[in-house]
Amino acid sequence: MTPRYLPYVLILPVTLFLGVFFLYPFALVAKQAFTTGGGFTLDNFREVIGYWKFPISLKNTMLLAAIVVPVQLALALLMATMVNRMQKGRDLVLYVWTIPLGISDLAAGIIWLAIFEQSGFLNSMMTGLGLVEKPITLLGYQNPWLVFAAIALAEIWRATAIMLVILVAGIGLIPKEYYEAAEVFGASPWKRFVKITLPLLRPSLQTALILRVVLAFEVFAVVVALGGTLFPVLMGQIYSYQFDLMNGGGAAALALIVLAISVVFTLIILRALRVPKGATI
Amino acid sequence: MTATDVSTGAAQRRSGHYLYAASVALLCAWVLVPLYFLLINTLSSPDTVNSFPKPFIPEFDWGSLEFFAGYDGMLKALKNSVVVAVLTMIMSIAVGAPAGYALSRFEFRGKGLFRMLVLLTRAFPLPLLALPLAVMFIRTGLDDTAIGLALVHTTLAIPFAVLITFSLFSGIPIELEEAAWTLGCTRFTAFTKVVLPLILPGIAASAIFAFVISWNEVFAAAVLTIENRTLTAFLLAKLGEAPLHLKFAGGFILVVPALVFIFAVRKYLFAMWGIANR
Amino acid sequence: MAEIQIKGVAKSFGSYTALHDINLTIQDQEFMVLLGASGCGKTTLLRIVAGLETATTGEVWIGGKRVDHLPPKDRGIAMVFQNYAVFPHLTVFENIGFGLRMKKVPNDEVKRRVERTAGLMHIEQLLGRYSGELSGGQRQRVAVARALAMEPDVILMDEPLSNLDALLRMEMRAELKGVLAESNTTAIYVTHDQVEAMSMADRISVMHQGRIVQAASPIEVYRNPAAEFVAGFIGNPPMNFLPATPQGAGKWAVAGQVLDGPQTQKALKFAIRPEDLHLAGQGLQAVAKVIEPLGAHLLVTCEVDGALFRAVLDSDLSVKPGDTLTLAPQSDRIRWFDPETTRAVA
Repeated sequence: MTPRYLPYVLILPVTLFLGVFFLYPFALVAKQAFTTGGGFTLDNFREVIGYWKFPISLKNTMLLAAIVVPVQLALALLMATMVNRMQKGRDLVLYVWTIPLGISDLAAGIIWLAIFEQSGFLNSMMTGLGLVEKPITLLGYQNPWLVFAAIALAEIWRATAIMLVILVAGIGLIPKEYYEAAEVFGASPWKRFVKITLPLLRPSLQTALILRVVLAFEVFAVVVALGGTLFPVLMGQIYSYQFDLMNGGGAAALALIVLAISVVFTLIILRALRVPKGATI
Repeated sequence: MTATDVSTGAAQRRSGHYLYAASVALLCAWVLVPLYFLLINTLSSPDTVNSFPKPFIPEFDWGSLEFFAGYDGMLKALKNSVVVAVLTMIMSIAVGAPAGYALSRFEFRGKGLFRMLVLLTRAFPLPLLALPLAVMFIRTGLDDTAIGLALVHTTLAIPFAVLITFSLFSGIPIELEEAAWTLGCTRFTAFTKVVLPLILPGIAASAIFAFVISWNEVFAAAVLTIENRTLTAFLLAKLGEAPLHLKFAGGFILVVPALVFIFAVRKYLFAMWGIANR
Repeated sequence: MAEIQIKGVAKSFGSYTALHDINLTIQDQEFMVLLGASGCGKTTLLRIVAGLETATTGEVWIGGKRVDHLPPKDRGIAMVFQNYAVFPHLTVFENIGFGLRMKKVPNDEVKRRVERTAGLMHIEQLLGRYSGELSGGQRQRVAVARALAMEPDVILMDEPLSNLDALLRMEMRAELKGVLAESNTTAIYVTHDQVEAMSMADRISVMHQGRIVQAASPIEVYRNPAAEFVAGFIGNPPMNFLPATPQGAGKWAVAGQVLDGPQTQKALKFAIRPEDLHLAGQGLQAVAKVIEPLGAHLLVTCEVDGALFRAVLDSDLSVKPGDTLTLAPQSDRIRWFDPETTRAVA
C-alpha cells in the first residue's frame, strides 16, 4: 500500500531547497574564494590574511568565544539543574529564562547599548549612587577592555538561553531512578551531578556546545551595536570586504576561513564529548 | 542524632533554600532588568531618551514611538519584516513537515545521509551563504525582494522545522494511522483526519519558531535587501547615524513579537531538543 | 462467505525470515487463534492478512477474492490493536463511527450501528467522552466496538487483552467470545497466552519460529500435540518428558519402568501431563523436591531418574520434600515423540 518511492517524494522538497540555497551557494563561495578572474589561486587567502585587520579580528573573535562560551555553559548548567528541582513556578521561571531566545542579536546589542552608552542606565546608576561625579564614556576607544566586557556581557545575556533549552531537555531525559539509585549508594548531590548528570548529558552538551561555538564565530550585530568599529570581528570583516571594499573574493576567502574554524572546533567537540556505543539512556 | 543535630540540619536546609530562591530571583532579574530598561527608553519622550541621568520609571510618553513610526522608511521596513517572516513561516512548514514525517515513519536508503545534510545546515554559519546568493539573486531578479530573502530564511529555518515536526510525528503512534487504514482511509486521509488534528498545536509552534528566526535575522537581511529593507537591516544600517530614541524604539519593536511567540511555543522547544538528543 | 485462505505466504525482513511457507485455511465464521511465543511470526502473519505488511511470497484470499495487492480498507477486514489505537481527538461515538463515516454511510445508519455496538460492549454511557477520560478496559471496548460497527467479513485481533490486568482479562475473554459468536464474523486472534487460546478458539494454530506447528481444535492440541513444542507450550504446568529406550515388541524402558508404546526401534521421548499422574503401587519412582499447595490441588516438583518432573496431585495428600512417590501415568494419555524430528509418534 505504500509505494516505495514515497519517502523520497517527501524529502524531495527539503533536499531541493538545501541543494539550491545551501550546497550551491557553498560551492560558489568556495569557487570564488579560490579564483581571481584568472584561474585557481590562493591569492584571496593571502590578501585576507595579510590585511592588517585580520589578526586582530581573529583574536577578538576567538577571545570573545573563549570567554563567553565556557561562562555560558557553566551558567546554563547551573540554571538547568536549578530548574530541574523546581516544582511550582517552574513554568514561569523557565519562560523568563528563555526569553532571550527570541531576541535577535541586534536587539540585544541595542538593549545593552541602553545600559552602557554615555547617557545610559549604568552611568545613571553610578552617578546616582555617588560612585562617579559625571557620566563616563564607557564605550569609547579609551576603554577597549570595557567595550569587550560590554559585548561579552551582552552575548552572555543573549545566548545562554540557547544552551539552557538544550540542556533542560537533556536533563529531562534522565530518568529519576538513576539519581535515586546513586543516592541509595551514598553519592552526595555534587557527586551525583558529576557522575550521573554530566555523563548522561553528553549528547546534549555536544549539541549545545557545537551550536554555541559555531554561533560565536558568527558574532556580528551585537558588536556593531556596542562597539562599532572599535572591536573588529571576523564576521564584520566579511561584511566590509563585500560592501565597503567591494572585494567578493576576499569576502569569500574569509568566509571559508570562518567555516574551517567552525568545522575544526565542531570536530574537536564531537571527539571530546563522544558517547560510547550503547552508553546512552 | 541529637535534637540539636536535627535542628541545625533543618536550619542548614532552610538557608540552602533561601540561597536557592535568591539565586533564582537574581537570574530572573538578570534577564528582565535590561528589557525593562529598554521599555523605559521606548516609553519616554525623545528628549528624555537623550538626557542624563536616565529615569528608572517609564514616563509613558509615546514620543519615541511616534518618532519611530514617522521616521522615513521605518514602517515600510516593518512591513517588509512581517512579509518575509510570514513567507518563511509558510514555506518552512510546507517543505519541512513532509521530511519530518518521512524521517519518523520510514526506513529508507540514504536516510542517514539526509539527516546529516539537515544537521550540517544547522552547524554551518549560514549567513555567509548570503554573499553568493546575493549574486545569484541579482541574476535571477530575486535580489532585494521579500521572496528572495524569505527563501534564504527558510533555508535557515528548515533544520528546525524538520526537527520539530520529526519529534511531533514520532509522538503519534503508527498504530493510530494503521487503525485508520483498516477503517477506510487512504494513507493521505489517515494523515489529514487522524495525525494532523493531533499535531496542529505543534505545527503552529514550529511555524512561529520559523517566524521568529526570520524576524530576528540580521546578516542576510542586510546583505540581500537594499531598497526593501527589513527592520533588522534597516536598523543595522542606521545604527551609526540614527538618534538614540529611534534605535531603542526600533529595538523594542524587534523584541516584542518574539517575546509573545516564545511564550506560545515554549514547551515545544524542549520537546524538540529532547527527541533530537536521543 | 468470508473464508480466508493463506497460500504459501513467506516474509523476510532483509536477511531475517519471519515466516516460512504458511498454508492455512480458515473457515467462514471460524474463530482461529494464532498462538505462540514472542517472535514466532504470529503478529506478522496477522498484519499480512490485514494488509499492513506485504508478504514476500504467497497469496492471501478473503471470501474467494485475492486480496494481497489490496490496501487494508478494501479487504473487508476490521482490526483491534494491542494498544487500542483509539483516536484521542474524537469522542467515543466518533471513534466507533469513524470507519462508517469513511465509507459514507448515512447518518441515521451510523447512529444505529454505533449505539448497537456500544450496547453490545456495555459502553453506551461513554459515548460522549474522549479516550483520555477512559480506563484501559474501557478503551479496549471502544476499539472492539469500532471494529464491530463496520460489520466486517473478517475481524482481526492483535493481542487485544494483553495490556489488561488479570481479572479484567478473564472477564473480557468471556465477553468477547460471546459477542463474536453472535456476530457471524470470521475471526483471527493473536495471543501468547495459551489459556486465552484454549478458552476462545474454534481452532488453534500453534506457531514456532515462523511456521505453523499444529492447527487443530483446543482439545486436540491439548490431548494430541503434534510436536514436542506444542506439548511443552500448551498446558500449565507443561508436559513432562523422559527418555525412553526400546525393549522390543512395543515395550519401552522409562526411568526403570516398563511401559507399552509404539512398535519402533528408535529411541523415543516419553511424555505425560502432570495431571495425568496418580499415586499407585507401581509406577515411576519420584523424589519430591518442592511442594506448592495451590488450593485446588498440590503441585509437586520431583526428580525422576535425575530429570525434572512435575505432578498435579490431590490437595489432601501430605507430601514432604524428600519423600519418595510412586507415580503411575494414565496409559491412554501417554504421548511419544521422536527426539530427532520432535514430531509425535503414534
